[in-house]
Amino acid sequence: MMSQPFPVRPPSPVSLDDRARDNIRFIRETMERAGSFTAVPGWGGVALGITALGAATIASRMSRPRDWLLIWLSELAVAIGIAGWTTLSKARRSGSSLLTGPARRFAYSFAPPILAGALLTAVMFRLGPFGAIPGMWLLLYGTAVVTAGAFSIRVVPLMGLCFVVLGAVALFCPWSWGNAFLAAGFGGLHILFGAVIARNYGG
Amino acid sequence: MAAKLSAFREAREEKTRRTSPGSRQQESTAANLDRLIHERTRLAIISALAVNASLTFSELKELLGASDGNLSVHARKLEDAGYIACTKSFSGRVPKTEYRLTANGRRALEKYLNHMEALIQATREH
Repeated sequence: MMSQPFPVRPPSPVSLDDRARDNIRFIRETMERAGSFTAVPGWGGVALGITALGAATIASRMSRPRDWLLIWLSELAVAIGIAGWTTLSKARRSGSSLLTGPARRFAYSFAPPILAGALLTAVMFRLGPFGAIPGMWLLLYGTAVVTAGAFSIRVVPLMGLCFVVLGAVALFCPWSWGNAFLAAGFGGLHILFGAVIARNYGG
Repeated sequence: MAAKLSAFREAREEKTRRTSPGSRQQESTAANLDRLIHERTRLAIISALAVNASLTFSELKELLGASDGNLSVHARKLEDAGYIACTKSFSGRVPKTEYRLTANGRRALEKYLNHMEALIQATREH
């Protein structure tokens, strides 16, 4: 081939080229799959969405801020229980571990915004800018889901983004709409995305 | 890794400039192909370990959808080549085999990726 006067195409350039592309694609897809945290509980999301709707109904009847906060804090405890249990059982079912890379990275990036939310809640409750709490919760939970979702299936960061948008809107709306926003977010978005995840990503 | 890859790319472009006929480069690329990680199961093991500090045998098995025998044969080949390292331990009474990528293995994957990119580039130049 080298001795020929004109450059001649090698025998099968297209297939060689295609195979190289295919190999690179295979590597990228394997890396994506191996690097994702997949034990996101779909049905768990639906379940905690339903309990959040219940909490919003009860909380809307409370007149004192302290009672309102107590209702939502108990909902938080219930939600942590549901999320923890369903995540564990999904991980066990798929034979994956919650101690390896993807799961740990998910947890590490989920925690800081949640911690910030807890601190701000305590401060706001003490100082009184009470109306900002629902929006702040939605905003920071959304941030946690977006950042942690970078290590998970693609629908997860999308859900986080919806929470962020909802929280941003809530911050500029009257305080009396707070429960409706919380119901739409922690209730509605969880049920919606939970169902999508359960249907497409195994439970 | 991106920085390393771009460094590799520059080195390769330098090489391309010196050896001008694309076909020669393509031939050498095909000849130097790392057969050891070209095989799909082994390529998948290396790729999966490249994005995780370590993975257990069962995690790899689930990820790759490979059988016990298939996975252990291929993992053994990579281990013999020094591309992956394996540690065996017990979690309770259950034996646990953990794999991680060695520096050699990471270099081999980068080299393989460069080969593939060079192949694509070589065809494009014609």
